Amino acid sequence: MIQYAAILLMVLGLYGLLTNRNVIKMIISLNVLEIGLNIFIISIGFSYDGIAPIITSTYNSSALIFVDPLPQALVLTAIVIGVGTTALGLAIAKNIYSKYHTFNLDEVEEN
Amino acid sequence: MKNLLAFLLTIGLGVLIIFSLSSNTLFPAFGSVDVSDRVSNSYIDKNVLDPANTETIIFGETTDPESGAANIVTSIVVDYRSFDTLGEVTVLFISALGVALLLGSAPKQKRLALNFKPNFMLRVGSRALFGIILMTGVYVTLHGHLTPGGGFPGGAMIASSILLLYLADDQFRAKIKGFKTLESIAGSLYVILGLLGLVVGTYFLQNFLPNGTVGDLLSSGIIPIVYILIGLKVGSEISGVIDNFLTEEETI
Repeated sequence: MIQYAAILLMVLGLYGLLTNRNVIKMIISLNVLEIGLNIFIISIGFSYDGIAPIITSTYNSSALIFVDPLPQALVLTAIVIGVGTTALGLAIAKNIYSKYHTFNLDEVEEN
Repeated sequence: MKNLLAFLLTIGLGVLIIFSLSSNTLFPAFGSVDVSDRVSNSYIDKNVLDPANTETIIFGETTDPESGAANIVTSIVVDYRSFDTLGEVTVLFISALGVALLLGSAPKQKRLALNFKPNFMLRVGSRALFGIILMTGVYVTLHGHLTPGGGFPGGAMIASSILLLYLADDQFRAKIKGFKTLESIAGSLYVILGLLGLVVGTYFLQNFLPNGTVGDLLSSGIIPIVYILIGLKVGSEISGVIDNFLTEEETI
């Protein structure tokens, strides 16, 4: 069921990306899309009996049932790259604002 | 009209994704994943190089396994796929470089003024919290191979402590040159550590140090060293990005 929620977030982010012309709102939509995608990738590896993939003193053997660690490792990469793209996007938005005094791309084209 | 078109397009995409996955025998139902017949099983049993070895890993007992980290995600991120992580760190470096080029090109920079005057309690309280957040970040970085966390979240915590000082103190300005030096040294040491694996062992980023006992703080070879370097690099990089956003060109 949570996979439907993740797909809904993805679709919502894509819709926001297609309809908004405000740079800040576009960056927020991109982040919503990314979070939906990350939740979806994590959910692929989930199992109800599984525990977190860390061998600790309580769950001390690799013979126990874990959730899939590979999607989590991939999402760790995706989150960091998301932070990088968001920072770069916000820097470009700040430059647009200091030059045109607006965040709206339609008003930028008129100037 | 444009909004309606976008709405129909995205609804179509969502329905396409849901229908193509719901009747697919290759895509498992939510929660009924069997990890034992996936590739990930060899990461959990730590027998990627030697699939015939089916020995169970016991916390605190098994010595010198293939990859010594008790946190299996860490053993994937920094050991089996360490080259991938090197590329990821490079992406973060390039984006921090882009932010610095776009925002910090002016020679004279001054920090943005707060629109309130921080009182005594705010300044002292933020200094006290700064130490706690910094130490938590260092702890999470150091224990990346034993507990959840690691270099990336630890570095983000270190950067958030710098952000707290920026927001709570109107006189504070980070020494950005020091961050830049720390970042380049940590990044270079990561590559040098990888090349050292090529010299001592057989391939780039090989884990050439002894793995030790699973669960010890000083275990799993180069994994803690790499994660400390990543933590320093990510922390100083994001602090630099924060400094770039919170300073502006000095207008005289």
